[in-house]
Amino acid sequence: MTAVLQIVFDALSLGSLYALGALGIAAVFGVMRLVNFAHGDFIAFCVFAMLLPSVDATAIVFAGQLPFYLLIPLLLLVGAGLSMLSEVIVFRRFRNANPATMMIASFALGFVIRHLLLLLYSSRPKSITLWPSLGLPVEFLGAHIPMLQVVTIIITLVVLAVLVLFLKHTRYGLEMRAAAENFTMARMLGVRANGVILLAFAISGMLAAAIGLILATNSGTADIGMGANVMLIAFIATVIGGLGSVPGAVAAGFLIGAASVVFQATLPHDARVFRDAFVYGAVIVVLLVRPQGLFAPKSAKQRV
Amino acid sequence: MTLLDVDDITVRYGRLTALRGVTITIAEGEILFVTGPNGAGKSTLLNAIAGVVPTATGTITLDGTRVTGAAPEEIARRGFSLVPEGRNVFGGLTVEENLRVGTGMRADRKKITDDLESVYQDFPMLAERRHTTAGMLSGGQQQMLVIGRALMAAPRLMAIDEPSLGLAPKIIDQVYEILMRLRSQRKLTLLIVEQSSARAMMTGGRMILIRGGRIVLEGDAADMVKDERLKQAYFGFGDH
Repeated sequence: MTAVLQIVFDALSLGSLYALGALGIAAVFGVMRLVNFAHGDFIAFCVFAMLLPSVDATAIVFAGQLPFYLLIPLLLLVGAGLSMLSEVIVFRRFRNANPATMMIASFALGFVIRHLLLLLYSSRPKSITLWPSLGLPVEFLGAHIPMLQVVTIIITLVVLAVLVLFLKHTRYGLEMRAAAENFTMARMLGVRANGVILLAFAISGMLAAAIGLILATNSGTADIGMGANVMLIAFIATVIGGLGSVPGAVAAGFLIGAASVVFQATLPHDARVFRDAFVYGAVIVVLLVRPQGLFAPKSAKQRV
Repeated sequence: MTLLDVDDITVRYGRLTALRGVTITIAEGEILFVTGPNGAGKSTLLNAIAGVVPTATGTITLDGTRVTGAAPEEIARRGFSLVPEGRNVFGGLTVEENLRVGTGMRADRKKITDDLESVYQDFPMLAERRHTTAGMLSGGQQQMLVIGRALMAAPRLMAIDEPSLGLAPKIIDQVYEILMRLRSQRKLTLLIVEQSSARAMMTGGRMILIRGGRIVLEGDAADMVKDERLKQAYFGFGDH
């Protein structure tokens, strides 16, 4: 029983991370049909923003010493700022380009951010200690669950709730949903293209910052490639969820997290190193059965 | 007073010229029908005014302000509302959400609730389905919804592209009945693209005929229908 509970929490917390990542990608894809492959580098950038630039192994924590109620908003601002800046400087110029061109532009932007970080911090991973108390386990029905897992799950649920409230009950949320379905029609109803897209980028950047915080707290290191894995899985989650479907992206994020943890726990010992191969195999099976994704958005179905 | 002044505009899609030197003016409170065969450039004209399609030459002035080359949202904010062909409801949004999309830009926020109620009065079947997903509505209901949605943007000039396309005759009558009522109630100026010149004649108003991207005839709808040149302009299209 406790083992099962452990697996459930592992699955939920890993799934949370992937769901947050998938949301960040889906938010931008919805309004711009852009898969932003620089998203993983946004995550790393947010983590490094807490350190002073240096090439030493022991990083001098700069913003990381702030109390959480200052650090979290600050980092969310950094994420939103970087993301909005990328939109204004890079993606705005490609707005009417075909999706492949935009995707390549996002790769290029990712390279620029990564190499900027390399220049400032060198390639050496740095240790970073945030809230060590979160590493302590809490006892829950006999199982020992790391506090961070609980916090990660709670944060994700709060983020999801806030996002749903925003999308369903505010003017800007409504405009974003309309723009995601039919951008030109939304504009003809007075919805400002720049405004909606900037908002989507801001949300996406804040989600990247949230992931950065969770990853850094969990691993205790800042590594330039740290966002890449989440980005990859998150992208896969948006595809499996049905590109353009926000609930689909979240559900698929949790699903992949769960699959990953379940494979880890149930595969024979010798096969565990190939866990990711099993996960991606499952992804391929899903896409063979439902190429449009598990939860294709309603807007994709046209009623005649 | 002139509300819309389209002066000598040309629109090109690559090497294809869709509109050549088209000039129209619409006075406040007027109703103007644009008719012509398929591919004549009727929709292009509306899309050019809406700012969705760029003009190569010429100017467009809306309510005294030059809007040539302006973004669609800025033109919408100046009081132009286009109901495009093919209806374009936001299928995943509810009826009420669809109606509210165009209200975000309005300064008179207090009036929005009143307007919503009056749209529901004009279209009772929308009121019954206000929480239904718009994608579930029938074609006729969707047409009512997009007209209601355009009204919620509080336009001064409303353009409708083929309101009768794909609808049963009875529903077309209903749509026009509502349009004419709205016109008299709200002093709405209307620009309607309509394949059927008979419909234009029945409704009354001014009419222009476009063919091959040019205006070939212009006049009172009722007189024009009797004009032999109208039939000629349609060529194989018979006695529309």
